[in-house]
Amino acid sequence: MNQATFVVIGAGQAGGRAVEAMRAAGFSGRILLVGSEAYVPYERPPLSKKLLTGDTEIETTYLQDPSFYDDQRIEMRLSVDAVAIDREARTLELSSGETLVYDKLLLTTGARVRKLSIPGADLPGVHYLRSMDESLAIRERLVAGARLVVVGGGFIGLEAASAARTRGCEVVILEAADRILNRVVAPEISRFYEDLHRANGVDIRTGVKLLEFTGDGKVEAVVCEGGVTCPADFVIVGIGVEADSGLAEVAGLAVDNGIVVDAYGQTSDEHIYAAGDVANQPNELLGRRLRLESWQNAQNQAIAVARVMCGGTEPHQELPWFWSDQYGLNLQMVGLPESWDQIVIRGEMASHKFTAFYLRDQLVVGANALNNPRDIRFTRMLMEQGARPDPVALADPNIPLKSLLEA
Amino acid sequence: MNESIDSQWHRVAKTDEVLDDEPKAVQVGNDYIALYRLEDKFYATDDICTHEFASLAEGFVDGDCIECPLHAGKFHIPTGKAMTAPVTEDIRTYPVKVEGDEIFINLSKA
Repeated sequence: MNQATFVVIGAGQAGGRAVEAMRAAGFSGRILLVGSEAYVPYERPPLSKKLLTGDTEIETTYLQDPSFYDDQRIEMRLSVDAVAIDREARTLELSSGETLVYDKLLLTTGARVRKLSIPGADLPGVHYLRSMDESLAIRERLVAGARLVVVGGGFIGLEAASAARTRGCEVVILEAADRILNRVVAPEISRFYEDLHRANGVDIRTGVKLLEFTGDGKVEAVVCEGGVTCPADFVIVGIGVEADSGLAEVAGLAVDNGIVVDAYGQTSDEHIYAAGDVANQPNELLGRRLRLESWQNAQNQAIAVARVMCGGTEPHQELPWFWSDQYGLNLQMVGLPESWDQIVIRGEMASHKFTAFYLRDQLVVGANALNNPRDIRFTRMLMEQGARPDPVALADPNIPLKSLLEA
Repeated sequence: MNESIDSQWHRVAKTDEVLDDEPKAVQVGNDYIALYRLEDKFYATDDICTHEFASLAEGFVDGDCIECPLHAGKFHIPTGKAMTAPVTEDIRTYPVKVEGDEIFINLSKA
C-alpha cells in the first residue's frame, strides 16, 4: 500500500483536503494532485465575499501554505487539465503530455458554472463567478458608481450584490422566478433577503425573462421581456453550476447528476473514487441521494473518502450545512428540506437575530439561522434524534433548544 | 493581593458568568480571550479563530473542544490544539485561577 500511487484530479477544496487526509492517515506512497487552475488548493466562499470587497487577500483563502505540499511530498500538477482516463491500464493522460500511472484515483473535479446562451452572452463585461481569477477580475470592476446587473437571485448573485453595494456600485438583480433563493429557502426567508437588499439600495426584480445583452464591443445593457432594459457597465451571471463529470463519463463510469458513488465514495470502478461537488452519494440521514455543492461537503466528504482509500472503513454521513454572508449578516442553514408544512420563527426577524425551523408533521427537517449559529448546532442534534419538539417551545427564545433534546 | 507577584493576573469574570454551554468572551488590553467551564474547571484561550475572523466564545462546546460558530473547526480547550479541518493553526491557552467567585487569567505565561 505504501508503495502505491494515488492521483487526485481537481485541486480545489475537496482535492486539497483529500491529499492532507491521505498523509494524516499514514499513507506514505506517492500522491499527485492535478489542478486546472494556477493556485494551490483554496476555499471558494471568500470569492463572493471578503475577497471581492478587498477585505481579504488571495493567500488567506489557501487551505495550506504553499510549502506544505513539498513538505508532505505531494506532487502538484497545476495549470494542467486531465484529458483522459484509461481504466484498463490505470493511467491518466494530462494536457501537458504527461501520463500518470495510478493505483487509486480520486475525482474531485467539482462543478462548472451554467452559462447563458442568449444573444450577447459572450460580450466582454459579462462575468461568471466560480474561480479565483474570475473573482479578481470582478473585484477590479467594483468601483463606486459602476452599474452592475446581477443575473440570478441565488446565493452567489446575492453575495456579489452585497459586495458591490459595499463598494458603492449601483446594483440591479434580475431573477427569473417569482422570488429570490426560491430553490433553497422558504418564502419567509426569501422575503427577508429581498427586504434586506432593498434596504441596502438594491433594485430587485423577480419574474424576469432575459432576452439579450446588448453593447458595442462590450456589454452596455440587459434587455428583458416586456420592453425593460437595464443599463449595465458589467454583469455577473449566477444561475447555478453543474457537475464537472465529463472525464468520468467518457471513461465509462456511472454518471447521473454527478459521478455516482456509494457511501464510501467509490465509483462503479473499484480503483476510482469521487468526492465534493461532482459526487452523487446516498445520504442515509435524509434517505435520498445528494449531490451537494457546498464547502462542508467538499471538505468532509473528501476527508472521509481519502481515509477509505487509505484503508479506513467509515462511510461518509452528514446533514447538509451551508452558510451565506451578506451585509455583515451570517445565515446558516442545516438540512435541505424538500417539503415542510410549518415554519416556526424563533426570535424577531426585524432584530436580525432569529432562527426559522422547517417542520413536517412536527419533525424538524431543517433550519435557517440568522446571526444565531449555535441554534444550527442544536438543530442538527434535534434532526439526528428525529425529534418532534413542541412548536410553541421552539418559537420561544427563552426555552433553551438543548432542553428540547432527548437526554 | 501581592501586586509584585500577581501583577500579571487579570481579573476577567465572575464564575457564574461562564456556563458549560456558553463560554464568555473578554477583552484584556488588545487581547480577546474566551473563558470556558468544563466540569467546574475553568480554561482560557484566544477567542479569535485561526481560520477566519470569528469569536470562539459564540461557538459550541463539544466535549472538551470548542467548535467555531462560523465554519465548525474544532480546538481542544485545555491545550488549544487545532483538531479538525478547516483549522490548522492552534490557538494560545492561558493559565487560569479562581479566587472566591472571581476568575483570573495570566497572559504573560502563554
